[in-house]
Amino acid sequence: MKISGAELFTQALKREGVKHLFGFPGGVVIPIFDVLFSEPEIRVILTRHEQGAVHAADGYARSTGRTGVCLVTSGPGATNTITGLATANFDAVPIVCFTGQVARKMIGNDAFQEADIVGISRPVTKHNYLVTDRKDLAKIIKQAFTLASSGKPGPVLVDLPVDILKEEGDSHYPESVTIRGYNPVTKGHPGQIKKTAHALGQARKPLFYVGGGIHISGAADIFRKIVEKTRVPVVSSLMGIGAFPSDHPKNLGMLGMHGTYAANMAVTHTDLLFAIGTRFDDRVTGDLSKFAPEARIIHIDIDPAAIARNVPVEIPIVGDARIILEQLYTLLKSPSIEDWLKQIVKWKEEHPLTFSQDGKRLAPEAVIKTISDVFPDAIISTEVGQNQMWAALYYNFHKPRTLLTSGGLGTMGYGFPAAIGAQIGNPDRTVIDIAGDGSIQMNIQELATAALNELPVIVAILNNGYLGMVRQWQELFFNRRYSSTCLQRGVNCPPNCDQKPGQVCPPYTPDFVKLAEAYRAIGMRVTRMEDVRPALKEAGKSKTKPVLIDFIVEREANVFPMVPAGVAINKMMFDKRAQE
Amino acid sequence: MNHIISLLVENHQGVLSRIAGLFSGRGYNLASITAGVTMDPEITRITLVCEGEDDVIDQIKKQLHKLIDIIKVIDLTDVPSLHRELALIKVKAKPDQRGEIFQVSDVFRAKVMDVSMDSMVLEVTGSPEKIDAFTSIIQPYHIQEIARSGLIAVERGKKQ
Ligand SMILES: Cc1ncc(C[n+]2csc(CCOP(=O)(O)OP(=O)(O)O)c2C)c(N)n1
Ligand SMILES: [Mg+2]
Repeated sequence: MKISGAELFTQALKREGVKHLFGFPGGVVIPIFDVLFSEPEIRVILTRHEQGAVHAADGYARSTGRTGVCLVTSGPGATNTITGLATANFDAVPIVCFTGQVARKMIGNDAFQEADIVGISRPVTKHNYLVTDRKDLAKIIKQAFTLASSGKPGPVLVDLPVDILKEEGDSHYPESVTIRGYNPVTKGHPGQIKKTAHALGQARKPLFYVGGGIHISGAADIFRKIVEKTRVPVVSSLMGIGAFPSDHPKNLGMLGMHGTYAANMAVTHTDLLFAIGTRFDDRVTGDLSKFAPEARIIHIDIDPAAIARNVPVEIPIVGDARIILEQLYTLLKSPSIEDWLKQIVKWKEEHPLTFSQDGKRLAPEAVIKTISDVFPDAIISTEVGQNQMWAALYYNFHKPRTLLTSGGLGTMGYGFPAAIGAQIGNPDRTVIDIAGDGSIQMNIQELATAALNELPVIVAILNNGYLGMVRQWQELFFNRRYSSTCLQRGVNCPPNCDQKPGQVCPPYTPDFVKLAEAYRAIGMRVTRMEDVRPALKEAGKSKTKPVLIDFIVEREANVFPMVPAGVAINKMMFDKRAQE
Repeated sequence: MNHIISLLVENHQGVLSRIAGLFSGRGYNLASITAGVTMDPEITRITLVCEGEDDVIDQIKKQLHKLIDIIKVIDLTDVPSLHRELALIKVKAKPDQRGEIFQVSDVFRAKVMDVSMDSMVLEVTGSPEKIDAFTSIIQPYHIQEIARSGLIAVERGKKQ
């Protein structure tokens, strides 16, 4: 039977088990949207911006483990996906993004809404395709889904010229495809695994350092068994949070620039750092020459290019974290590490996470702790900045795939659409975007998407009136010169406003509560600690409406501990006020 | 140190720009790149010459390997292999200078491809060093144009 390219596209999605498609239409993709109009098995979620569509597909994918799918038009629709694709590419999120393209004979002619999206997206995708022949369409879609979800996952873009969508052709969709240049290794080398077991047995101060690879490979259970068998403590990158319960006694928390004291001290003193599914990012390592200076390093990663890139690795193991940890489990014994464990307890007691409360405005950390209390099983997405770090430090994560955050690219505006995608994929879970007042405005238009799809996503804005993380750097390293970081600054403010309290500032714009209401969402404002819990409980009751809570938090609260960029990670700064 | 990396790649559109983009995007040094189809029309061989410390070269190879369209990455630097480059050189040559140029060309086994009233075109093949040597010898006659192919390489056959 002959079918059009658009019909084949839809058949292919069904064969891939796609139930949700995040999209935004335009001229060249009308043929597909037309087929989808009468397709009951695929629900199309119309976002209000293509960036929102890609982040939503990303949040869907991170929270469910299934590939997120989006569909946008050519030209501006396609270019609007770039930030979303780059975000997903950095954090290894499986997405297949379909873009419409002008007809083949028009390509290269600067046709209306033509963009060389394959060229533009090349460095921010795992792979991409321009379909140039109707008979390749099925194979390419199959390859795109295969690539996106296997090996180190990532976004794959498929550019679809409109004439191919209209062209009648074969309806066959292949069961599987082989790609001869692509053979990701999954099983670990047995020799390396033996060496690893031996090295761990000999270590006196061993430490696990885990990253996003644990979530992606589904290794959380086996990893936990390994920690319990060996009693070796754990530190985690931002992406690794949730891989191991935050409140487990062996968990020292996040390491790096805003890592805990215990985590950073442990890394600095360990004699065996066992890294799993993580990249040794510069926000983690600080000054590389002083990172884990006494340690032999073992590194498991599915991406050979991530191994030994930033630090010398003694035992590299390429492959899938879950499979390798399973191979390793029976070989492991508990090393004698009593002194090390005692030292770790000391570090934990020396500097637990602390924050100050000035009593006037809300402490953002306290808001997050309350969120954690009221919604212990939520899926949390974050924006970027202080809100992100506080969420990572103060929410008690205990399951994998529950923290959705843009780690590698650090994309403001990610959290809210990602929460929408997560809510679509997890209709029975509570999904909360812990937001900054700056970031939320970057994709605030998706309130319409959430409202009309009746998604009870909770947006908890930690409203400090600043691009807070940048302000924090300005406070600490630029002599408190708050250049372009005050979100209340108006045209009549003094040029060198020193932002001293008591100064009369223009009213906060926008009024988030009214804005929420304009979108027919629920808006609340909370200014006092005693109102935090009731407001959250109230928000939890909403079943069909998004809830936006504007938490008016202390304006100049800082994220601590902090290690300045490029400095050794044991040189931490703490909150002076909290210590007084 | 210069490394010679031979790639077997899918003959897909855009592979060259994927490779070039990898080098420019990650700030690697690419000295030359050549491409030509193999016996299998679906596979192209690309020969790269790139420069860098060992750890950089190691990253380059790993990153190349990650490109989906690249089937095989072979570092020929330390493997017994044959390397050749071809250059076409147009030199100014008045009729009375031709004899000298013929002589020098002979030493380098360069071929004279074209002779006109006031210029000659020479073809020379060999290692890049040989071509460098030839061009510096021929330089005094004034080189008007030069086109170098970039390096191509194949592994030698096994000895036993
Ligand atoms: C798209 C984008 N632009 C700029 C930045 C740089 N940046 C990082 S954090 C930050 C401040 C974010 O402000 P807000 O959302 O209010 O969060 P806060 O730090 O105040 O919690 C900025 C501007 C970024 N990460 N992403
Ligand atoms: Mg802010």
